[in-house]
Amino acid sequence: MQQFNLLLTSLPDGILLGFVYGVAAMGLTLIWGVMNVINLSHGPIIALGMFGTFFLFIQMGINPYLGLILIAAFGLLLGVLIYFVAVNRVIDAPHLSSLLATFSVNMIIIGLGTAAFTTSPYNVDFNMGSFKLGSTTILGTRLIAALISILVTGALYLFLYRTRPGKFIRAVTNNRAAAELMGVPSTRILALSFGLGTMLAAVSGALIATFFPFNILSGGGYELKSFVIGVLGGLGNPIGALLGGLILGVLEGIIPAFLNTSWVPVIEFGLFVVILLVRPNGLFGAKK
Amino acid sequence: MKSKIVKLLTVLMVASMFLAACGGGAAVEEPMEEPAAAEEPMEEPATEEPAAEEPAAEEPMMEEVTVTIGFTSSLTGSQEVSSKRQVNGFNLWMDQTNEAGGVTLSDGTVVKFAAQTYDDESNAERVQELYTRLITEDNADFLISPYSSGLTSAASIVAEQNGKVMITTGAADDDAYKTGNTSLFQLYTPGSLYMASTVDMLADLDPDAKVALVYEAAKFSTGVAEGIKPYLAANGFEVVLEESYASDTADFGPIVNKIAGSGATVLLGGGHYNDGTALARAIYDRNIGLNFAYLLVAPADSKFPELGDAALGIAVSSQWELAATHTEAEASNLGMDWFGPTGEDFAASYEAAYGDPPTYHVAGGYTAGLILQKAIVDADSVDPEAVKAALNAMNVMTFFGGTKFDTSEEAHGLQLAHAMVVAQWQKNDAGELERVIVAPADVATADPLYPIPAQ
Repeated sequence: MQQFNLLLTSLPDGILLGFVYGVAAMGLTLIWGVMNVINLSHGPIIALGMFGTFFLFIQMGINPYLGLILIAAFGLLLGVLIYFVAVNRVIDAPHLSSLLATFSVNMIIIGLGTAAFTTSPYNVDFNMGSFKLGSTTILGTRLIAALISILVTGALYLFLYRTRPGKFIRAVTNNRAAAELMGVPSTRILALSFGLGTMLAAVSGALIATFFPFNILSGGGYELKSFVIGVLGGLGNPIGALLGGLILGVLEGIIPAFLNTSWVPVIEFGLFVVILLVRPNGLFGAKK
Repeated sequence: MKSKIVKLLTVLMVASMFLAACGGGAAVEEPMEEPAAAEEPMEEPATEEPAAEEPAAEEPMMEEVTVTIGFTSSLTGSQEVSSKRQVNGFNLWMDQTNEAGGVTLSDGTVVKFAAQTYDDESNAERVQELYTRLITEDNADFLISPYSSGLTSAASIVAEQNGKVMITTGAADDDAYKTGNTSLFQLYTPGSLYMASTVDMLADLDPDAKVALVYEAAKFSTGVAEGIKPYLAANGFEVVLEESYASDTADFGPIVNKIAGSGATVLLGGGHYNDGTALARAIYDRNIGLNFAYLLVAPADSKFPELGDAALGIAVSSQWELAATHTEAEASNLGMDWFGPTGEDFAASYEAAYGDPPTYHVAGGYTAGLILQKAIVDADSVDPEAVKAALNAMNVMTFFGGTKFDTSEEAHGLQLAHAMVVAQWQKNDAGELERVIVAPADVATADPLYPIPAQ
């Protein structure tokens, strides 16, 4: 009975957090799905989003949710820059080249971040209160983060399926050569896709900073979760990523009710392996 | 085209490795008073005979030797916050001692100190490599431990294998001293005794409290938790929840929900700074109605109030607090030698140098140097065996507290004389958070805040 009560108490937390995981994963899977590049700098960019919230709120007094707009713009521009500097020239090379390129960017960001911020934890002392739902405490920051995550997912879906640039992205994903023949500027579209991916990473980091302490290395854990979610939800599928994030969040809420919390990553990555074996295209399939 | 790509990737990789090396893991060489003298200590022992041929040796030889003290510090990684404070404390001692002219032995030899240190990145494997390097390449005469029991455990193996005296500070776990060592000397109160004063206080405040023991799955915190369980049972407390968590846990929501679901009214646990602050914040955010929360390490740091109201009421065991600093009068009452500056002088000089009031991590780092200095004075020598004998015989009080080492085979080096206090974050009349001492009663500066105010 106690475990059932604990389950009911932890489940809402897990679901709300899962939405944010989904946004983080969307960034990775979008890039992966569009251009077949695994962005190993995903984690540090999430961490940069966290620091963005810290500096905008603590140093400049800007509300974290308003600051998301600036952080999103920063993430987009950073992604475009990374694409042209590190990815564009190796995009048609073997996978190892793009892995090494994004890994190098990862090391550069972590090195610069460590030099600038050290690895001490930072904390955004931001509280939106809480309310009780039965025996469960719902934190305001998590609820708002979940709502923003849903909005971001919706906006991304609309962008990809209702706008011209979105159509171009899907065209390039399907067949880059054919898209170029149809007049689609594929290089610029790929840069935009990469920028969208890093924008989503930065936004997810900015949201996470409103309820967890962090440092420059904190993005690594979310990057690993993003891989799992990418496999669960299917590459390049924003709705799939959101649902995959929810599944992961629910698992993180359920598992501690029955086992020590140390079992959470064991089960998460065990699921990762099982899905790869059974449904390599993801539970919700890859979206084209 | 291919060769251009290869060249670009090569440049990127080299650049990233260079920048990563600059960002962390770089060797840090402390400024040395006598850099060229590093070769001297082993070749010119202070016990060298004066060799004066004239009967009236009124002017002993003013030979100067430099003793190299080796240690690693966690400039990056999970132990960064506390380790930096410990190193600052040690550096303050070294600077003050050297500026005061060093230690003069009876034969006129002047002993000065230099440090050789590296960034261990809070990584136990790096600690083992670096302490081996400190011993075999840098020829460190004596060693100080890194910060944290986990890293110290790794360093102590290397120190003991090489027979190097190592004074451990920032490391409370008992196990390292139960391996038949002869070279380790612990400054901190052992982990098994960490929570004893807190449990005594709780026995007075609320003997019916239900306890949740939730701690980091690391050497130190696990040792503290295991050590206190018998004492809790002996005092009639019921442990309604016992749970450990991974060191890199960020989301404490499920754990806090478990605490709430267990019916616990008191939380004892935590680990180190990063997880301790995250757990404190999670408890506050969820407002689960705890009467009391005690966390290891984190609340003793001066950064802890950055949590805001989440810091209010959180208690910690402290190895040293200025308000309860030890005195020469206390030493005299206990029949112990007194050595070193007063706590007030130490705190003032630290704050003048670093701009921050000192935490117990700072005091521990300073005292590590101070105790080594005392041992050299007592031994009247820098010979490691003589210094080791002096440490074994030591029974001294400093501002940090009593220092006396267990010399039995079963637990050599375990600290016997040092006592801890319990501190708690409370609000002063101006509404600002300050850390006050709430136990033991003879040194308390405030009553415990019990229960913690609800949000």
